[in-house]
Amino acid sequence: MPNSASNEQIFHDSPADKGHSAKWWTSRVLIYGILILWAFICLFPIYWTITTSFKRAPDVMQGNMIPWVDFVPNWLGWRSLGLSPDTIGAESTVRAEFMKRFLNSTIISVSASLLAVILGSLAAYGLSRFSYKFGFMRNSDISFFFLSQLILPPVVLALPFLVLYKSLALLDTRIGLILLYTLTVLPIVIWIMRDQFGSIPTELEEAALVDGLSIWGAFLTIIMPIALPGMVAAFIISLVLTWNEYFFAALLTSTNAVTLPVMVASQTGSQGISWWSMAALSFAAILPLIVIGIILERFIIKGMAAGAIK
Amino acid sequence: MSSTEGDLLHIVTADDISPGRQKLGKFLIWGSAALIVVVAALQVWRGTATPEAGFANWRPTLYAFLVWAVCLCWAQVLIRGEYGKRVLFVLPAALFVGCMVVFPLIFGLGIAFSDWNLASPDGRKFNGVDNIRQMWTDPFYWNAMTNMVWYVLAILPEYAIAFGLALLLNAQIKARKFFRVAFLMPLMLSPVAVSWMIGKSMLEVRFGPISRLARELGVDSPAFFSSPEMARFIIMAMDAWTFIPFMMIMILAGLQAIPKELSEASKVDGASPWRGFWEITFPLMLPVSITAILIRIIFKLKLADIIINVTSGGPGGATDSVTSFIFREYRDRSNVGYGTLLAMVYLVIIVIAMTILMKIADRWMRPKF
Repeated sequence: MPNSASNEQIFHDSPADKGHSAKWWTSRVLIYGILILWAFICLFPIYWTITTSFKRAPDVMQGNMIPWVDFVPNWLGWRSLGLSPDTIGAESTVRAEFMKRFLNSTIISVSASLLAVILGSLAAYGLSRFSYKFGFMRNSDISFFFLSQLILPPVVLALPFLVLYKSLALLDTRIGLILLYTLTVLPIVIWIMRDQFGSIPTELEEAALVDGLSIWGAFLTIIMPIALPGMVAAFIISLVLTWNEYFFAALLTSTNAVTLPVMVASQTGSQGISWWSMAALSFAAILPLIVIGIILERFIIKGMAAGAIK
Repeated sequence: MSSTEGDLLHIVTADDISPGRQKLGKFLIWGSAALIVVVAALQVWRGTATPEAGFANWRPTLYAFLVWAVCLCWAQVLIRGEYGKRVLFVLPAALFVGCMVVFPLIFGLGIAFSDWNLASPDGRKFNGVDNIRQMWTDPFYWNAMTNMVWYVLAILPEYAIAFGLALLLNAQIKARKFFRVAFLMPLMLSPVAVSWMIGKSMLEVRFGPISRLARELGVDSPAFFSSPEMARFIIMAMDAWTFIPFMMIMILAGLQAIPKELSEASKVDGASPWRGFWEITFPLMLPVSITAILIRIIFKLKLADIIINVTSGGPGGATDSVTSFIFREYRDRSNVGYGTLLAMVYLVIIVIAMTILMKIADRWMRPKF
């Protein structure tokens, strides 16, 4: 609306825009309210576990929540694991047991993930670059064969493996668990890596081949460095899944190769166990993955998003 | 070939493979295969009677198999030259999966039709269809099956929550990184630790914080695991808590791939955010949503850890999943034969159900895009 008076405002916000700011504020409050609520839901159990590991029995019963305000933190839970400052130097059978299982879990999950990433990346690379004919199976059939393993519920394999491992003397060994875990995460690795290699242009290898590299040389020196972030993502997701695996470990191990989840589970059943030491044990079991989750979050998200965008 | 395979690398190679090399390759394959047969035969012949000969178990056969696998890979290069080198990319994984899945499955079929209790000294007896007959009349197994249907249906609310959270994370917010890491956390925790942290301690009737909260809200005696419906709901909620981040991240990735222009265009055209969501965002997200839900179903069908550790199927089998039921069948009764049959039947049902679901999803998506 043109106006002759020069000191009057020419452009006005339309009423719709003026209503905007109040509406904008309510939507802001609502969005942050929901986000904070959900963050609370996600983090509170972890907070609860950490604080409980520092509580004494009366603190647990009174439901005290905030350290130094409600209760005085105390190393009770960690002392029972032999991991508190005053017991860390001394001999402790519980700690030895804990460390052994921690080591088992680490070795098993790292080697299984590594093996799965190696086997899976090679297969995914092959499937994304060459056309194969294995009998009646072509590329799409081979891909389907790999990915369909994801559907296989662990319970179907568990009992045959129990019997097989018994006759192969692989029961209760790390190797046995590593092989099985590799199998369970392999389809996921292939799923992620196929996507990765698919996004790398074939001209790169063509150039390398013209320059006289063999196909394996081209893969190792040119393609692999480019696909490395994807491999890291696949490795970390495999690591999370294998570290947390309980079902096979509970069935196939008894003393030598027991992993942390089995130790945690065996303690929950027994009545005598105290809350603070359970909390300390649970927290020690989840701590490595919390650290990985915080530091390497973008790789995890990258890996999981691989299947989402085609 | 289907168009989904992208552009393949085409290399023309002129391989000149001498007959001697081909012969060597074939010799390697058949020679090592013969080695397996010999070792296995020795194993059967000597049995476990003479452990001092190193035949106390089937390990030697396993080693012979490994030798064969290596020879097979090597021979590919010898016989087929350049093409063999390409086969070498896929062959190790294929051999690994093949021997780790196909062999146990065939072996498992044998076990499924026999009466075999590991605790009893009798060993294995073939018993035909007795196990099937027992399964047919086993109320607990079918109860576990119905529970699985409920558990799978619980994915829909999970999906709705995950979608909502993904939309929020995709909005213009501060501290996005913090929220993303916080929301991701539950996925990193081991289900066993979660079952203690939440199931055993936070839901503890006397001092658990959630029981306290329920009491504050006016519930007199909060008991989470005494009524079947409540117990099942709690298990669903705990499983949802762990896996919502997974769906959320997949949906978030999909949301970020949608071009901004589309939603801006709808805004310019005067569509309300609600309408814009249902007519633009949601239809565009359909393929991602279906992928996320299908993968989630696959993971849900393996649900067991939480149930085993929190309720062990109780009260009265109300929370049992098929996996946890079979786990206890083995743990409590060492009943390998029957347990394997149940697992096999479960596998068949899953494969049929997933195939139908994938077909439906495929057909549903095609006419629209």
